[in-house]
Amino acid sequence: MSFVTTLGRLLRTTAVKLTLVYVAVFTALLVGLIVYIFTMTDDLLDRQLRETIDAEIRGLSDQYRVRGLTGLVNSVERRSVAPGASLYLITDFAGNRIAGNIDSLTQSLIANPDGEARPVYYVRLGPSGEEEARPRPALVRVFVLPGGFRLLVGRDLEERTEFRAIIAQAAQWSLLVAIVFGLLSFLVVSSRVLRRIDAIAATGSKIVDGDFTRRLPITGTGDEFDRLSDSLNTMLDRITELHAGLRRVSDNIAHDLKTPLTRLRMQAEAALRQATSEEALRDALQATIEESEALIRTFDALLMIARSEAGSATVALAPVDIAQIARDVAEMYEPVAEEAEVTLSVEVPDTVMVEANRELVGQALANLIDNAIKHGARDAEEGPKVSVILTDSQVAAELSVADNGPGIAPADRSRVTDRFVRLEASRSTPGSGLGLSLVEAIANVHRGRFELGDAEPGLKATLVFPHDPKHLAQDRS
Amino acid sequence: MRILLIEDDSDAAGFLSRGLREAGHVVDLAQDGAQGAEFAHANDYDVLLIDRMLPLRDGLSIVEERREAGDTTPILILSALGQVDDRVKGLRAGGDDYLAKPYAFSELLARVEALGRRQKPIQAETAYTVGDLELDRLSHSVSRAGQPIPLQPREFRLLEYLMQHAGQVVTRTMLLENVWDYHFDPQTNVIDVHVSRLRSKIDKDFDRPLLHTVRGAGYVIRDDAR
Repeated sequence: MSFVTTLGRLLRTTAVKLTLVYVAVFTALLVGLIVYIFTMTDDLLDRQLRETIDAEIRGLSDQYRVRGLTGLVNSVERRSVAPGASLYLITDFAGNRIAGNIDSLTQSLIANPDGEARPVYYVRLGPSGEEEARPRPALVRVFVLPGGFRLLVGRDLEERTEFRAIIAQAAQWSLLVAIVFGLLSFLVVSSRVLRRIDAIAATGSKIVDGDFTRRLPITGTGDEFDRLSDSLNTMLDRITELHAGLRRVSDNIAHDLKTPLTRLRMQAEAALRQATSEEALRDALQATIEESEALIRTFDALLMIARSEAGSATVALAPVDIAQIARDVAEMYEPVAEEAEVTLSVEVPDTVMVEANRELVGQALANLIDNAIKHGARDAEEGPKVSVILTDSQVAAELSVADNGPGIAPADRSRVTDRFVRLEASRSTPGSGLGLSLVEAIANVHRGRFELGDAEPGLKATLVFPHDPKHLAQDRS
Repeated sequence: MRILLIEDDSDAAGFLSRGLREAGHVVDLAQDGAQGAEFAHANDYDVLLIDRMLPLRDGLSIVEERREAGDTTPILILSALGQVDDRVKGLRAGGDDYLAKPYAFSELLARVEALGRRQKPIQAETAYTVGDLELDRLSHSVSRAGQPIPLQPREFRLLEYLMQHAGQVVTRTMLLENVWDYHFDPQTNVIDVHVSRLRSKIDKDFDRPLLHTVRGAGYVIRDDAR
């Protein structure tokens, strides 16, 4: 049963279908070749036979002309007994045998000598005149001698028939062997292929069952299957990454939203329980609205971050002047900086065009400046300063916000880009607490980078917008 | 003002129409896209409030239809889709303003009133006056009680926008969008700081303040004496 199912499955595979096609084509070619060789050889043999017959007739008729009937009969009798001899027969005009090594011929043949060799069946006479039991095939030619005598010369065709049989047999065997070996080798190959595919399918179904750590086997030969497995594995890695990202995002959303939601609820409950005046209720409601606004803000930021991390953020990018954005946002924050006694400086070229979304870049820069004023420059040892610096090169435009505060130790920088850490840290200060991760998300949406470096002293946060060579080419055209 | 509200969520629709009526407006309510399009076609409104996702008909298609029919009634699109591109799509379809859910009612009311005023023929006003505060758009000068007040360019534009909407509540987001032309969330009270700077220049040395803060909503410039 299992053999049958295996066979059935084998027969349905592409490898077997291909095998059958190849074997059929191969066999057809082989048959064609054999037929060609056979016909050519047969023709050659036939021609040789006829030439031999013609030559003998010429020789014997010369004998007759020179030495008369007696000489001819002598020659024929002599030649007749030689081993492997041709067939000879001399008759008178009525077909009566005079000499030769065959018994008789059909009257029609004797009566209609046409000079052409033709195949006939004959009975051979042994050296002592006895007849053989079986008629044999032969190619004969009848020639009319002057004086009405008929001379017949022929060659036995038994050999040629045997030769044909041998060729036919050889052809059959070689065809059989070719087909069998063809099928076998292709079956071996296809069963190997099938095993590889089975391995891939088995791993695939385990992954579907939820074991995302599995990867497809790679044999290391670098063949098509290895390449296929490799690209599938890369895809699986990406899926796992996205999956993990999604899980992280949902964990974070739960974490980040539950806390303020709880706070909101507690505020409302407290107001219900304790508020004695309408004024107090009004205040509590106002606080509730503000809390819910903060919640919405957090939610929006989380959504944006999640979308950019999942790679599904669809934002139209167009050429924009980020120098103008830098000046606008810096100007927007200028009074805030002044109020916080922070010197806000702007070092920006006239124009720097990048493929970007104006709102998102503005948002990112606003977050960075806000962050620098609130957290960085505040702790500066002398004259808190925040600088917005924009530089441009062939490769990328870099938009930085630097402060002269204590900065972040290099070891902690990567930790800062992790959402949880920063969230914990920023709970004590107002704001959505997702400022920097939102900036990173925005950098990702722009296929750029977000880097934290040392401003010596202080923190330098940089948004890198790579110039896409493709877009540059489009602009020039 | 006569307002058409096309909103399928009956709670939100009830809340909105009650609020708008309390503010003195006449509200027609359509609960689905097809009915909304019919109302918009049949009647004359000052402002259309259209939810983007509606049963029977997509909100944006109504906006496009109105514009194709040559109707210039101001349209405010309400949507749960708050991504940057959604806003752009809404405005491109012919909407005059776009408000992402969830929004504060005060924000909505302020925007509806600003839109309703836009409908009135815009005179080429070269100067605005509120009380004894005067703003000359041509000479870019501001004076109060005849006393010139020097303003930074941004402060001038801020005041210009407030005076253009004198007597109307203007929210922080409206200021950010119209004075700075940005739509992002500025995290901190940047707008408040700008406004308080402006206030210190135009109100500080005078006994009657003109620039008022409306709690939980925004700002309004008006002369209370009148």
